[in-house]
Amino acid sequence: MVPSTTVPGMEGSGKPLLSLRAVGKTFSNGVTALSNVDMTIREGDFLSLLGPSGCGKSTALRIIAGLTAPTTGTLDWSRKPGEESSVGFVFQEPTLLPWASVFDNVWLPLRLKGVSRSDAAPAVSQLLERVHLSGFENAVPRELSGGMKMRVSIARALVTKPRVLLMDEPFAALDEITRFKLNNDLLELWQDERFTVVFVTHSVFESVFLSNRIVVMAARPGRVFQEVEVDAPYPRDEAFRTSPAYAALCRQASDVLVSAINSTHGAAA
Amino acid sequence: MTAVESSVATLDPEEARRLRRERLERIGSWVLPLAIMVLAIWLWDRICVWNEIPQYILPRPGVVLQTLYNDAALLFGSLLVTLRITFLGLLLAVVGGVGLAVLFAQSKWVEMSFFPFAIVLQVTPIVAIFPLINIYVDNQTAKLLLCAWIVAFFPILSNTTLGLNSVDRNLRDLFRLNGATRWQELWHLRLPAAMPYFLGGLKIAGGLSLIGAVVAEFVAGASGQSSGLASRIIEAGYRLNAPRLFAALILISLAGIVIFLVLSLVSHLILRRWHESALKQER
Repeated sequence: MVPSTTVPGMEGSGKPLLSLRAVGKTFSNGVTALSNVDMTIREGDFLSLLGPSGCGKSTALRIIAGLTAPTTGTLDWSRKPGEESSVGFVFQEPTLLPWASVFDNVWLPLRLKGVSRSDAAPAVSQLLERVHLSGFENAVPRELSGGMKMRVSIARALVTKPRVLLMDEPFAALDEITRFKLNNDLLELWQDERFTVVFVTHSVFESVFLSNRIVVMAARPGRVFQEVEVDAPYPRDEAFRTSPAYAALCRQASDVLVSAINSTHGAAA
Repeated sequence: MTAVESSVATLDPEEARRLRRERLERIGSWVLPLAIMVLAIWLWDRICVWNEIPQYILPRPGVVLQTLYNDAALLFGSLLVTLRITFLGLLLAVVGGVGLAVLFAQSKWVEMSFFPFAIVLQVTPIVAIFPLINIYVDNQTAKLLLCAWIVAFFPILSNTTLGLNSVDRNLRDLFRLNGATRWQELWHLRLPAAMPYFLGGLKIAGGLSLIGAVVAEFVAGASGQSSGLASRIIEAGYRLNAPRLFAALILISLAGIVIFLVLSLVSHLILRRWHESALKQER
């Protein structure tokens, strides 16, 4: 695998933020979800983990989040002394508290850290505005559409100003129109706030549209197959979605993904 | 006139039929049970008259109503005694049931160790336990309360335990990610998530608590120490005072219905904004 180089003019590609070194995970039932994964996430990256189901993308994300401990290997966070390795997590489902209002849901992470409602209010309101949910502060989740719930979920993940935003196929359950809209809004947010994103998806199109780097993974055992640089400038908008360049990049990523899927049967990686 | 016509015209026959059926159902859901109730009472009255049944066997509804009025002071005094035991029993059941459920939720080991005791208490008929309670507990009120509590606490315990353990895994991960303490997870996540389950248990426990109180009075009242509605029933039975017996029975029944309705209302008010069970069905 060729180490990726910094592409000039790109939003991401800063200093290394987190390195996974020879990370593996074997569950108690003997299934090896991940084997010997090396990966470096750089500051400002929008990194997608792309692969077929069962390739350990979600497990890798959970290990980065600290929700699962790796069986082998290490995670190296580069951080200033005293700094927390804070992460924001967006699940496949919106995963909101159904009894709490939109405001209270976004406030939750701060609330758990002891921030009072009034102290949290400016940050919560500002984020709700950023995800286009101003005016819905008092609505409860069941009064919102699927896309709006996901926006609340994203706002909640960002409210603590995490260094890395981890997203586990967040838009997989949404219809295409809503997904495109959320893709655009997420990119806009990312460019303005300059946080780092690790985005798990099984959609080639989504990964190419969003990210500057795609890590293609293969299954059985879950491993890194190849890294693909998405050599296209930001901001990316609807015009990019229909451009020949986008189509070519999708084709390139798709070819890698197909080889990754075939490698599982052929055993050659 | 034209406006009326056009608004009628926009409804196709199928929608009009559906609208009519809904309206009928709305009215019917009130009128039908009421009508059947009135019919049953009328039939009861007629059976007494046609068969010339003596009052001490089966009194006519009017006589029962009259007794309810004449003996109001005695009967309502007794009702208050029974209700006091019922509510105190229910309160203790809530405290005990929720408290134990929270304890169980702290560790699977605690739950596995102590749940069998709860089941033993639940499945052993209270009438069979009462003679023991009678021996060990001196205080009359404490005896009755213990009885009502044993009968009522189990549905609250088992439902709340189920609720506390039915929290979305992702939400628990979210709390872990944000460094939530055990207490924060319980307070902000598990208890609210268990609320619908708890309220379901509470509705059952409300009725059971009344049953527990009445059964306890029955068993204790045989020795003539109690003054609740159950002892009025026993007393009236001895004296062949069937009208008073019926009046007491009706009061117990009404108390049960009111308890159920109040608890249903409480449940609805708490859950109406977010829980599926409290939402109006959409077409």
